[in-house]
Amino acid sequence: MPGSVSIALCGSGGAGVMTAANMLVDAAAKSGWHALFWRSSGPQIRGGEAAAMVRLSTRPVESVDDTTDILLAIDWQNVHRFAAELALSPHSLIIADPSAGEVPEAMARSGARIAVLPMKDLAQAIPGGRANMVGLGAVAALIGLPTDRLTEVLGASLKKKHADAFDASVAGVRAGAEAAAGLGPARPLDLPARTAPRWAITGNQAAGLGAVRGGVRFCAAYPITPATEILEWLAGALPRLGGVFVQAEDELASINMCIGASFGGAPSLTATSGPGLALMIEALGLAVASETPLVVIDVQRGGPSTGIPTKSEQSDLDIAVRGLHGDAPHLVVAPQSIADCLATTRWAVRLAETLQAPCIVLSDQSLGQSRAVIDAPAAEGEPGGVRALAPPTEGAAYRRYALTADGVSPMALPGMPGMQYTADGLEHAETGTPSSQAADHAAQMDKRLRKLAIHNYGPAWATVEGDGDIAVVTWGSCTGAAREAIARAAERGVRARLVAPRLLSPARPAAMADALSGVSRVLVVEQSHSGQFHKYLRAEYDLPGRVETLHRPGPLPMRPGEILARLLEMGGHP
Amino acid sequence: MTAFEPKDYKSAVKPVWCPGCGDYAVLSSLTKSLAELGLAPHEVAVISGIGCSSRIPAYTNCYGFHGIHGRALAIGAGLKLARPDLAVVVAGGDGDGFSIGGNHFLHACRRNVDLTYVVMDNRVYGMTKGQPSPTTEPDWENSAMAPHGTGVQPFNPLAVGLAAGANFVARAFSGDPNGTARLMTEAMRHPGFSLVVVMSPCVTYREEEREWKALVRPAPPATDDAAEAARRLMSDDGFNIGVVFKGHRAPWTPRADASAELAEIEKDFSI
Repeated sequence: MPGSVSIALCGSGGAGVMTAANMLVDAAAKSGWHALFWRSSGPQIRGGEAAAMVRLSTRPVESVDDTTDILLAIDWQNVHRFAAELALSPHSLIIADPSAGEVPEAMARSGARIAVLPMKDLAQAIPGGRANMVGLGAVAALIGLPTDRLTEVLGASLKKKHADAFDASVAGVRAGAEAAAGLGPARPLDLPARTAPRWAITGNQAAGLGAVRGGVRFCAAYPITPATEILEWLAGALPRLGGVFVQAEDELASINMCIGASFGGAPSLTATSGPGLALMIEALGLAVASETPLVVIDVQRGGPSTGIPTKSEQSDLDIAVRGLHGDAPHLVVAPQSIADCLATTRWAVRLAETLQAPCIVLSDQSLGQSRAVIDAPAAEGEPGGVRALAPPTEGAAYRRYALTADGVSPMALPGMPGMQYTADGLEHAETGTPSSQAADHAAQMDKRLRKLAIHNYGPAWATVEGDGDIAVVTWGSCTGAAREAIARAAERGVRARLVAPRLLSPARPAAMADALSGVSRVLVVEQSHSGQFHKYLRAEYDLPGRVETLHRPGPLPMRPGEILARLLEMGGHP
Repeated sequence: MTAFEPKDYKSAVKPVWCPGCGDYAVLSSLTKSLAELGLAPHEVAVISGIGCSSRIPAYTNCYGFHGIHGRALAIGAGLKLARPDLAVVVAGGDGDGFSIGGNHFLHACRRNVDLTYVVMDNRVYGMTKGQPSPTTEPDWENSAMAPHGTGVQPFNPLAVGLAAGANFVARAFSGDPNGTARLMTEAMRHPGFSLVVVMSPCVTYREEEREWKALVRPAPPATDDAAEAARRLMSDDGFNIGVVFKGHRAPWTPRADASAELAEIEKDFSI
C-alpha cells in the first residue's frame, strides 16, 4: 500500500522495545497517521526477547504489510525466533548497533541493506540515556515524524513524575534523529493536516467497550490468554457503570453465572479462548434451551489443546458453529478489524437480547492484542436493553415459552408478581413445565430455529464490496488483508469483490446468493489448516463457478501479497 | 405485610419422585420456611442442577431455574449478584453438589454470596438408578457400577464447607419437616453463604436409609468458633441434627459505585 511504512523493533527483555513502539504509535496518531501495532513474544511470563511490529499509514490500517521496511534492532537476543514474523526483504533496511555484534545470518540472508547506528554509545553519552530512545529518534527522522511529536508523547508519560527520565529520553531521541542522516535515504510518509479525532485502542479493549455500549452490565470470567485484556478492561469499567464483574473459579462457573444474571435481567457476557469455549459448550446449550440471552467472546488462538496461546488462528469456527450437542440454533458473529471489535460485540449483545439466544463472538489474538489508531467512533446513545419483557398477565397463567409468530416469547424477570416460571434445560411445554412429548419438542425446536431464521439482520450481516466476477470470500481478521489485496489487484487490472460474512450463524443463503451474483470464480481465504471456513461455506451456501482456497494455519498473519498472488493468477495476469 | 401460607409456594406440577422419597418432605419444609419468612413467591428464586432433588424448582411457585448438572451454585450466585433484591435458594443433591459440582461448592463457600444452599443428601445417584455418590459408604455393594463397593472414603460436606468458608453450616433430617423448616429459615436469615445438608432417604435404592429416623439426635447448640465446629464435625457420626456453625463474616458483594458515565471512560482511548 503506498502511503504506509512498516517498522519492526526487536531486543531483549528490558531493552524497551514495547515502550518505544507504543510511543511511536502515539506520536504517529498525534501526527494524523493511522497505525497498527502487533507484537510477538516468546513464552516467558515477564520480559524476555520480543519483537514489535508497527505499520503507519495515511489511511486506516487493517492488515500487516507483506514485508518490513525498517528493522530497528536494539540487540539480537534470540531474534531468530521472530525471523518469519519480521518478513525482511532486499528492500528492507536493518538498523543495527555494532556493539550488539554481527547481524545474525537469519536476518542478513534476506538481502536487506544494513546500516549501523551506535545506539548504546550515543545513549551512554547522555546521563540516564537509553538506547531504545536513540533508535526511536532515528526511525522517527527516517519516516518524517517530527521529533516534537515524540517529545509531546514523552512529556505526557514522564514529565510530571520523572523529570530526569524525560530529559534523558528527549536527549536520546534528538541524538538518534541527528544520527539518522547517516543511515541512508529516508522513507518519509506524508504528514496530513490533522482533522478527525483519533483513538488508540486494542481489539480486546474495543470488544469490552462494545459490550458495555451494547448494554452489558454483568461479566463473570476466568483469565485466559489472549482474552484476558477484555476482562481486565471490564473489571475496571463495569463497577464504574454500576455493573458487576466477578472472577469465577473456572469457565464452567463463568458462563453459568452469566446465565443466572441474565435470567435476572442483566445483559451478560463472558470472554475466553478456545480451551475455555470448549468447557462452556454444555452451558451454551442450556442458554439455547432456556432461551437466556448471553454473549461469549472467543479470542481465538492456535489450537488444538493448549496450542499456541500467544498467537492467532481462525480455527474455532467449527466448534463455535457446530460444537453444541442436540439441535441448538444460536448466533455466531465475527469482527473484521480492531475497530469492528467494538461494533460487532455491541451488535452481538443486541442480537442476544432481542432474540433471547446465546451469541458467540469469534475474535482472535491478532485483533485482540494488537493496538490500532482508528477514527474515533461516534458517541453512543443510551445503552438500552432490547429484551422483550412480558406484560403483566393479570391473573392468567404466564407462558414463558409461548409459541409466537416471530418465535420470541416475551420474558418475565424474577420480581415480577404473578409471572413465576421455571426456566429449564429440559424440553418443556409453553409454560416451562418439563415435557418429553413429541409435539412439544417439535414446537419448541421450530420456535427456537424460527426466531433466528426470520430475524432481519440488515446489512451488517456481511461486508460486500465491489462487483468483480472474482469473489474473495473470507471472514474475521483476514478481511483487512483481503481488502488490501483486492485494491492492489485492481491497480493491475484484475477486478475482484470482497464478501466477508460477519454473521456466521445462522446462515443467510438468499443474502449470500445476492452477494455472489455474477461471480464466476471464488477464492476462499482463511487462517485454518483444515479449511474450516471453506467446508462451512460448502455446507451452507451455493458457491458459483470455480472455487479455489487459500487456507493455512496460524500463527503467521495472512498477508495481502499472498492473496494478491492468487488473485493475479486467477485473473490470468501475467 | 400479606401473610403467606405454605401452599402459596407450591405449584401444580406433580413431582417425579418415588413414593416415600425424603424430598417430598424437604419441599414441604421449604414452603413452610418461605411462609414463615413472609417472602412473596415472586421475590424468591429456587435454582438447581440435575438429579432427582434438582427437580424441586418447578414444584414451587417461585421463580426457578433448572439448569445443568453441577452448576446450580454458579447460576444462583450470578443471579444473586445481579439481583441482590431477590432471595435465592440453591437446591440439589449430593452428586450434583459434591461430585460434578464440587469445585463450585468450594468456591461458593469461600465467596460467601448471600444465598442458601439446600443439599438433599441420599448417598446415591437416584435418577440414573442407583450408583454410588461422593457421600456413599465405601462398602455399599448394591450397585452394578460398584459391585464390590467403592472402597473410597465418603465426602464430608459439612466439614469441607466449614473449612472452605461457609458462614452457616447445618444438618437436617427430612423425617423432621418442622425442624428442617426451622433450620432453613435460620439459614436464610443468616447473612452470607448458608449450607443446609438435609439427610433425605432414597427408599428405592437405599432402603436401609429408612433406619435413619432411629439414628438421628439433636446436635449440641451452634458455635461461632470454627475450630470447635470442625472438631465436632470431624468426630460426630453424621447423625447430629441442627446448626453446627454460625459465622460472622460479611457477605461478599461486588464493588459497583456507578461513579462514571461511559463517555468519561471512553476518554482513555482518545489521542
